[in-house]
Amino acid sequence: MRFAPAHKTPALRTEQIILFRCSDQMFAISSTSVQEVRSVDSLAGAPMEFSEPSVTKVRHAVRRGEKNLYVVNAAVHFGLKPSPASLIFLLRNSRVALLIDGIEKMTTMTRLQALPEAFCHEERIWYRGLTVLDQNVIPVVNPEGFLTQEELLHLDAIAGAQAAHSTAPASGASLNS
Amino acid sequence: MSWTEQSESRSCVLLRLGERRFAVAAEQVAELVAPSRMFRFAHHTPQIDGVIVRRGRVVPVCDLAEQLTGKKIGSRRFYLIATRRQSLKMDWIALPVSGDCELIQADLTPAGPSDSPHVAAWISHGGEVIEVLNLSALTPGVVETPVHLSPATVPEVHA
Repeated sequence: MRFAPAHKTPALRTEQIILFRCSDQMFAISSTSVQEVRSVDSLAGAPMEFSEPSVTKVRHAVRRGEKNLYVVNAAVHFGLKPSPASLIFLLRNSRVALLIDGIEKMTTMTRLQALPEAFCHEERIWYRGLTVLDQNVIPVVNPEGFLTQEELLHLDAIAGAQAAHSTAPASGASLNS
Repeated sequence: MSWTEQSESRSCVLLRLGERRFAVAAEQVAELVAPSRMFRFAHHTPQIDGVIVRRGRVVPVCDLAEQLTGKKIGSRRFYLIATRRQSLKMDWIALPVSGDCELIQADLTPAGPSDSPHVAAWISHGGEVIEVLNLSALTPGVVETPVHLSPATVPEVHA
C-alpha cells in the first residue's frame, strides 16, 4: 500500500516574460502583453511625427486600422539617457507602441514581488513589481503605465488636428529622432 | 506628569553615521548585514539608492546620513535592516551605517512637541544625548502621521 506524500509541493506559477534593454538597463514585460515585435526600420516612412512639448516621450504615431498607436520612447519614459532604439513592441489591447533598444531574451519568472512601499513616485505606476532573475533584480513593467487616459486624449486631439491640416502624409520620418 | 518626566528602559540599537551616533528601537531592527551587491533601476524616489536582496526579499536601500548629518556616508560597513510600518503593513528598509552597531538598554525620553518629526525619543548613553529615530518620518513612503515613541505607544517587551 502506498501512502500519498503528506505535503505536496504546489506547482509554481510561472509567467513568460521578455527581457529587454533600454539605455543600458534591463526591464521585463509579460510576453502576453506584447502583440508584435517590429524593427524600427520596418515602420520608417509610416509614422506621423509629433513635436508636442507636453508629452515628450511620444514623438510618433502609427496608424493601425481606425486608431493611432502612440510610440513611447521607453528611455524618455523612464527618465534615462536616450539611446538608439532598434525595436518596437506593439502592446496587446493597447494604443501604445514601445520603442526599446533591444531584446535580451525570453524567460520565465516564478515570483513577482511587490514594489517596496519606499518607492513612492511614478515608479508605482511604471512597474507591476520586481523579479529576481539570475541574481539580478529586474523591474517588470506595467503595460498600462506608459500613457494615461488624459495623455491619450491629448495626443488624439493633436493627431486629429494634424491630420485635418495635412494635405500629404508625412514621409521619411525617423523613429530614432 | 509632563512628557519630559516619562521614561522607560528600552532596548535600542546604536548606529553610526559618519561622526554622529543615532539609535533605533531594537524591535525595529531585523538584522545587521555586510554590504552586498546593490541593484539599481529607473525610479523617481531620490532617497532610495537602490535595492539589495536579502533572504529572497528585495529591500530598498535608503541612506539617512545626508538628511541627518548633511553629508553622504563615506564608507558603508554594514546595512542595518530595519522594519517600519507603512500603510498597515510592515516594510523592510536597509540603512547603510558607517560603523559597528551596539545593542544597549537605555532610559528613553519621549520626543516633545518641539522636536523634529524624525525624532521618536531621546536616550542618554556614554555621556551623549542620542536621537532615537522615527524611521517612518525619515524614509520615503506613504505619508503618515509622525509616531512618537512614548510609554503608551511602545509595545511591551517580555522576557
